[in-house]
Amino acid sequence: MAKTLYDKIWDAHIVSQVGADILLYIDRHLIHEVTTPQAFAGLNDKGRKVRCPEKTVATMDHSISTRSLALDACGPANQLQLQTLLQNCEDHGITLYPVGHQKQGIIHVMAPELGAILPGHTVVCGDSHTATHGAFGALAFGIGTSEVEHVFATQTLRQSKAKNLKVEVKGKLPIGVTAKDIILAIIGELGHAGATGYVIEYCGEAISALSMEERMTICNMSIEGGAKAGLVAPDNTTFEYIKGREKAPQGADWDAAVAYWETLYSDADAQFDRVVTLQAADIKPQVTWGTNPGQVIGVDDAIPAPTDFTDAVTQESASKALKYMALEPGQKLSDIAISHVFIGSCTNSRIEDLRAAASVAQRGNVVENVTAIVVPGSAAVKKQAEAEGLDKIFEAAGFEWRLPGCSMCLGMNDDLLKEGDRCASTSNRNFEGRQGRGARTHLVSPAMAAAAAINGKFTDVRQYEEQV
Amino acid sequence: MTPITVHTGTMVPLDIANIDTDQIIPKQFLTGVTRQGYGKHLFHDWRYLDEHEQVLNPEFNLNKPEYQGASVLITRENFGCGSSREHAPWALMDFGLQVIIAPSFADIFYGNAINNSMLPIRLTDAQMDILFAELAKNDKLMLTVDLNLQLVKCADHEFDFTIAEHHKHNLIKGLDAIGQTLEHADAITEHEKGLADWF
Repeated sequence: MAKTLYDKIWDAHIVSQVGADILLYIDRHLIHEVTTPQAFAGLNDKGRKVRCPEKTVATMDHSISTRSLALDACGPANQLQLQTLLQNCEDHGITLYPVGHQKQGIIHVMAPELGAILPGHTVVCGDSHTATHGAFGALAFGIGTSEVEHVFATQTLRQSKAKNLKVEVKGKLPIGVTAKDIILAIIGELGHAGATGYVIEYCGEAISALSMEERMTICNMSIEGGAKAGLVAPDNTTFEYIKGREKAPQGADWDAAVAYWETLYSDADAQFDRVVTLQAADIKPQVTWGTNPGQVIGVDDAIPAPTDFTDAVTQESASKALKYMALEPGQKLSDIAISHVFIGSCTNSRIEDLRAAASVAQRGNVVENVTAIVVPGSAAVKKQAEAEGLDKIFEAAGFEWRLPGCSMCLGMNDDLLKEGDRCASTSNRNFEGRQGRGARTHLVSPAMAAAAAINGKFTDVRQYEEQV
Repeated sequence: MTPITVHTGTMVPLDIANIDTDQIIPKQFLTGVTRQGYGKHLFHDWRYLDEHEQVLNPEFNLNKPEYQGASVLITRENFGCGSSREHAPWALMDFGLQVIIAPSFADIFYGNAINNSMLPIRLTDAQMDILFAELAKNDKLMLTVDLNLQLVKCADHEFDFTIAEHHKHNLIKGLDAIGQTLEHADAITEHEKGLADWF
């Protein structure tokens, strides 16, 4: 029977049938300080061990400072959480990449850099943005802390199968339009919960043409459409990225690996439960206007009115979002002044993101009264960016250059906004209060964020590209 | 897990779609290392007028006198979207909310709720409208969820709901999911033997 990529990975990981469900084997378990302390405690209480410490990758990312490498830099509660992770990893024989380590970083940035994520893997993490790793053709999804404990103890999860959704992006992407704009446009099309119960496979000419960094940006935000996971079929772009990395297969193993990976695609006649098609040529740089990622428009579109939506619940959501965001229907984005810019997060903090932002940043200076920070996704990204002189470009333009971490994406450290602040952010969530109580978040691409910083307002980056 | 078969209680309404886990329990309360003590921070930004949680927002339903003691939250679609934080069901449970009824839930939240013996019940939009309307008429109205019969009973209404058989079984028996899976230890070992070293 013809299978989708998801079907193939699913079938290869069935340990046993349990009622209507299966036990799914987990190849990689990524962990960080926030969602694991209670899981380790549960394990310890029952005298259980971590079954496969060698399949577990640990780092510190959420609760850390981006100004200091000291574990106590963000107060005693954060420090205790970080020290708890240190102790738990030591007790259970798990390799930890702590703050200050040359391979530390946001878990979804550093794990691929290690070569720890391979096509055909199942990958879980107590973090909803685990979907990122679908870029490698791995089935990757976020889990809760009880499930983290379950994976520690059994290296499996009890799962029921999701449905298959194909999202095809046809044609070539216009100049100035990025992977972030593709995924925001897709979420705008599907709606904030439109993919709930599905695993998405992204395909089509515009997706195949993307780099691994760009594919990670796309898959990362699958959860923002409600999807269980997002996938891109592995190809030469994938293999080239993995080759030679620390944990990648070597020698004869490499050949065996590639031979297997080349079987990981959806069969031509595979059945999808649903298909959504977008034309790349129609996608513009995207900016969210509301308080969920589905509330998004093109940079030259006007802020919508609640009456533009059909059902009562969506109208009510729009009305509530406009009030929180202090926006009026019909307003132009180019008239909306921002106070902050955040370039970073597991969505957009990789080297290509920083290059794109720097190429815009070098055209001007951060305007007065705007605070702009750049937070590389990992120590490796930071090192590479500095080797290319990107840090100097940012600093010369008035951006702050920080240490790697999750930072202002969620503000578990001191990178927080105040009430009424308005931020152009390359992160993934524009929920009420996400970046600080009463703060307003607009999700954009790295180039759009840099353009907002040097203009003080949302600016269409396509004008810069056309000048080149 | 605590076994749960039938739950009866009063309701509190939050007539808002897409309530996300950042709203249920904001990030500054995720630095804990235990599962306890999150209830006082539940819905922090909506519930309190100040950062130090000294001044209650009288407009927020959880603070209104008529809804004190409620153990059933009725709300709208896509409840629990966003972050995977299990602190969300921990906070709801610690506050005293045992049942959440909505047209739909985000996947990760739904699983997290079940794993904490909390009942996430899916009803249709039309059935939700009826619950909101009945509650508006009588704010002390009792609602009963019978997990065995898969029924929600309220006023003169009876609504059936679906739940996966194993979720129902585990909730009613209060079973330890890890213990159940470890009964398959041989199958797990067998699977591992079949994996290439490089994989």
